[in-house]
Amino acid sequence: MSPSVPLQEMIRAIRSARTQCEERGVIQRECAAIRAQFRQADNGGRSHNLAKLLYVHMLGYPAHFGQMECVRMIASPRYSEKRVGYLGAMMLLDEKQDASLLITNSIKNDLSHSNQYVQSLALCTLACMGSAEMCRDLAPEIDRLLRASNSYIKKKAALCAVHIVRKVHDLGELFAPAARSLLAEKNHGVLHGAVVLIIELCERNPETLERFRKVLPDLVQIMKGLVLSGYSPEHDVAGISDPFLQVRILRLLRILGHNNEGASDAMNDLLAQVATNTDSTKTVGNAVLYETVLTVLDIKSESGLRVLAVNILGRFLLNNDRNIRYIAMTSLQKIVGTDHNAVQRHRGTIVDCLKDQDASVKRRALELSLALVSASNVRSMMKELLLFLSSCPAELKAHAASGIFNAAERYAPSQRWHIDTILHVLTTAGGDVRDETVPNLIQLITNASELHCYTVHKLYRALLTDISQVSVSNQSEIRFVTEDDVLDALETVLQSHMSGPLTACLSLHHFTTASRIRSIVSIYGSCIDVELQQRAVEYNALFKKYDHMRYATAR
Amino acid sequence: MQFMLLFSRQGKLRLQKWYVPLSDKEKKKITRELVQTVLARKPKMCSFLEWRDLKVVYKRYASLYFCCAIEDQDNELITLEIIHRYVELLDKYFGSVCELDIIFNFEKAYFILDEFLLGGEAQETSKKNVLKAIEQADLLQENIDFQMRLFAGSRDTAQRTGGNWTDINMVHIIIHLPPTSFICQLLYVADNNSNSPLSTLNFTVTHTHTQLCLCFLPLFRDKQCSTVWLISC
Repeated sequence: MSPSVPLQEMIRAIRSARTQCEERGVIQRECAAIRAQFRQADNGGRSHNLAKLLYVHMLGYPAHFGQMECVRMIASPRYSEKRVGYLGAMMLLDEKQDASLLITNSIKNDLSHSNQYVQSLALCTLACMGSAEMCRDLAPEIDRLLRASNSYIKKKAALCAVHIVRKVHDLGELFAPAARSLLAEKNHGVLHGAVVLIIELCERNPETLERFRKVLPDLVQIMKGLVLSGYSPEHDVAGISDPFLQVRILRLLRILGHNNEGASDAMNDLLAQVATNTDSTKTVGNAVLYETVLTVLDIKSESGLRVLAVNILGRFLLNNDRNIRYIAMTSLQKIVGTDHNAVQRHRGTIVDCLKDQDASVKRRALELSLALVSASNVRSMMKELLLFLSSCPAELKAHAASGIFNAAERYAPSQRWHIDTILHVLTTAGGDVRDETVPNLIQLITNASELHCYTVHKLYRALLTDISQVSVSNQSEIRFVTEDDVLDALETVLQSHMSGPLTACLSLHHFTTASRIRSIVSIYGSCIDVELQQRAVEYNALFKKYDHMRYATAR
Repeated sequence: MQFMLLFSRQGKLRLQKWYVPLSDKEKKKITRELVQTVLARKPKMCSFLEWRDLKVVYKRYASLYFCCAIEDQDNELITLEIIHRYVELLDKYFGSVCELDIIFNFEKAYFILDEFLLGGEAQETSKKNVLKAIEQADLLQENIDFQMRLFAGSRDTAQRTGGNWTDINMVHIIIHLPPTSFICQLLYVADNNSNSPLSTLNFTVTHTHTQLCLCFLPLFRDKQCSTVWLISC
């Protein structure tokens, strides 16, 4: 058995392996050595062995035999061993493993340890992987630490409480009083933790939310202090004083002000102040502005403030930074229903974003553009959207197509335009059109009876281009198309295995009484494609029923 | 935050921190797919993407991608700041950090992350405080790495880290030290509350596993000793 090498040497050895096979060999040897070491009595190198195992685990190799070692190390009185033991627990033991329960007692003991760094390890681990059972067990301990400990521990206990509440919702009640008193602390870490905890409590319990509305003045005070205070080196990020805390408080304000006039009024001035005073030249300032805008738009803010917020989003849309444009559109999406006119003002910029290189930005622009289509702008918007469709990424095609169909249906200025649009979509992205839109389309085409000839012409052209890949260059030829020509084309379509049921159905639907079509259709009564077969049988039945109806065909 | 991943441009995972309970298999699958998706993005693209039902925020620093999955209601821009803060912390700790630092000292990278984020949320917004805490914890680790075994009597192998010393005449202190040469100062704390050393003893250590036999008879008698510290200076 080869002697165990120090951690860094092992890492070096693994990295110098030239092939996957060689790497596996090194790791197998190391794991064997580690296993052997685990079985031995305490030899002083336990933490290094476990660290090696954790490295191997990160590379993707199995490491479950280290679970019990983690449990043992956590129980060790030595800090170095506890540190690696807890790290191992967070990496190898999740709440789904049975072994995780074994560390509950160690965590409990360490939460009351005389050394705050040991307490910290326990808190961190509990907040990371504590199961509901562990949380229930240790909640009273955490509550105690929330009240009677130093800032270092309080801030961690607050976030631990957040995790507990997420796991066991009822325990929220337990932490509410302590959370409230934490707001009086000066330490930013504690304040931040307290706000996160209060957010969690309010989101889960409307009664708690009611009670926490009373602390609104305190929050406003804290926020004012951050925004208006001078430079504070400890918490400054590019001229913004503790942006992390600011963003959290703004989020809490949003929750407290939502659907509540009184609370919204109380925070109005503050929000205006933040919106105007925050420097927007760096991302961090924009992060705060973004949160402010989200808050303003989600509470019962007065109209002036709302306009201010939408204007900020408008500025964001023109920002060079793609990230800022993206989040601007996300926010505008949220209010496009309620503040439609305000968002319409930025339609031009949004449509420009359809041409952006980035798929995320494109997606957002598409959503927003579809929402902005109205009776007055439908022609120009549709032009842009159809242009977008021809070059948009594959994953957006289906969504774009159905979005266009919906918009066209709602705002079509004329039926001819509508059919044009539909056919355009079919030729551009026919394969991506969702099947459920087919019945609507057929219905539409059927209803526009005076346009049937027109539709047929266009369909014929579309079918031709679909199959032969040769564009119909001479438009005038269409005038001389006879019924037989059209049927020829259709027969080709039906015989071509490339055409989907959609095209076939549409084409069949327009020639319900032609006898030749009946013969074609009866062949397809036994077609392999189930849908075609179904359609064929249906139409055959229709033919027999309405034989007397002669249908004016293509001229 | 649901999880944070650090990976290289070749897709090798350098750090993974999960704040939601998932099986190993699920974690591997998510990691593999997300890494592929992020690596496929072009350089100037948006730092945000919607992946499955999650919001993902990522940023590349030199050869490493920092990737976080956040909740629907979380602020994407502040997440970028969180990533940046973590990078700054690593940079300060390692002194101009590079990927190799994180590879060879991965456990330190985790310790730093755990001092900055707790349960997926930022726990300390002051850079200085995070670094101070790490420093203190490291010092604590070094101290106890100098393993102290306090024997009662002559060759008794019973391990003691505290207790009443009135019945002890002689104490063997065995100190296991890393292979470096430095001057050590032995302090001891008289009881849980008082931090002032009652006695100090200077000695030089040049070998590993140096065994020092020290007589503390007049020092330890009648005193409650809870912790013995060895610090390097």
